[in-house]
Amino acid sequence: MAELYDRYSSIVYSVALRVLGDAGAAEDILQEVFLQLWRNPGAFDSARGSLGAWLAVITRNRAIDALRRRKPETDIEDVIVSVAPDLAGEADRQRAAEKVRAALSTMPAPQRNALQMAYFEGLSHSEIAAKTGEPLGTIKTRIRAGLIALRKAFQA
Amino acid sequence: MTAHEQFADDLALYALNALEGNDRANLEKHLATCSDCRRELEQLRGDGALLALSTIGPKPPARARQRLLDAIAQETASETRARVAATTTGSRRSWWGWLGWAATAAVVVFAASLWKENSALKQSLALMGSQSAQTAREMEEMRRIAAPILSPQAQHITLVSVKTPPQPQGKAFYLRNRSSLLFMANNLPALPPQKAYELWLIPMEGAPIPAGVFKPDAHGSATVVNPPLPSNMEAKAFAITVENEAGATTPTMPIVMMGTGE
Repeated sequence: MAELYDRYSSIVYSVALRVLGDAGAAEDILQEVFLQLWRNPGAFDSARGSLGAWLAVITRNRAIDALRRRKPETDIEDVIVSVAPDLAGEADRQRAAEKVRAALSTMPAPQRNALQMAYFEGLSHSEIAAKTGEPLGTIKTRIRAGLIALRKAFQA
Repeated sequence: MTAHEQFADDLALYALNALEGNDRANLEKHLATCSDCRRELEQLRGDGALLALSTIGPKPPARARQRLLDAIAQETASETRARVAATTTGSRRSWWGWLGWAATAAVVVFAASLWKENSALKQSLALMGSQSAQTAREMEEMRRIAAPILSPQAQHITLVSVKTPPQPQGKAFYLRNRSSLLFMANNLPALPPQKAYELWLIPMEGAPIPAGVFKPDAHGSATVVNPPLPSNMEAKAFAITVENEAGATTPTMPIVMMGTGE
């Protein structure tokens, strides 16, 4: 577990910190995510994707639950994550992160904002629509198009 | 518009846990039958993971690592203490002859569950090329501890008062949150031909649940290890009946042995 921690703690902590904006709360999520992995290592199916991506998704979901003060919505076993780039090594993740940041910077601002509000603030599409004054359908489409644009950045 | 296009935007929201109400229920119904959409959901979650990567940079404080390792060590230790206490407290009252067994059995139940956890962990770690040699050593140690109970060659000796004729005794160790059961009995009377003993879990409510069919050896000893049981079933008692060799789904009276939790 110490080895897994050394390899992946940075990604878990960064995601939790981005969502919660508080170092202490992010450390609590870090603790919770790795304890869950220790208690239930079979929850992650290595045949179905990368541990780094899976931990990023689990952490984001837990952090959003903490942010919105709600009980965890999904069992960690239910989450299957399929991601193209290899995220096992620190250097791989740095390269991928740069690609994602580049893709985000070329995205139209309303699309980037909708995506980030949904992902890092845990807002529903109706909350985003209320906040931006745009139609629900537009927000939905922007979120999906934003996610797919990130995928395409790795297919090029 | 095809069904998949109709669900495309909702699928992205669902991947972010941001879909609510009827839309969510409708999509979940569709996902149950559509493997294409399930694959797309996995992809969209992966796209979300890529977005999460844009945050990387900050490192956790150094104390967080030790905090995690301390929490793991503490959890392991308290689990062991709880199991040993649960099995030895009752023994002091009426199970003098079982004290040694109880302590050993607690270790075996713990060993079995730890082995299960360790083997799952080992699989994950091996696949990532980071298998822990320490885990392997611990598994070997647990197997060595379990051998005197589980090996068919092991001698099982029960000590009883010399003035009392040997009485049939059974002891069940049950961890309901793991559906894990270890049952050991001795001094059981020999059975008529084509008959076997059957162990029953008597739940707090509802009908008795079959918990293993067994025959004692020539010395009247028998062991049942982890029979298939429903998950998280609270036991009011355990009981034994005599049934046909194939076992029964409802107990045939009379109950020959019974015990409630200590």
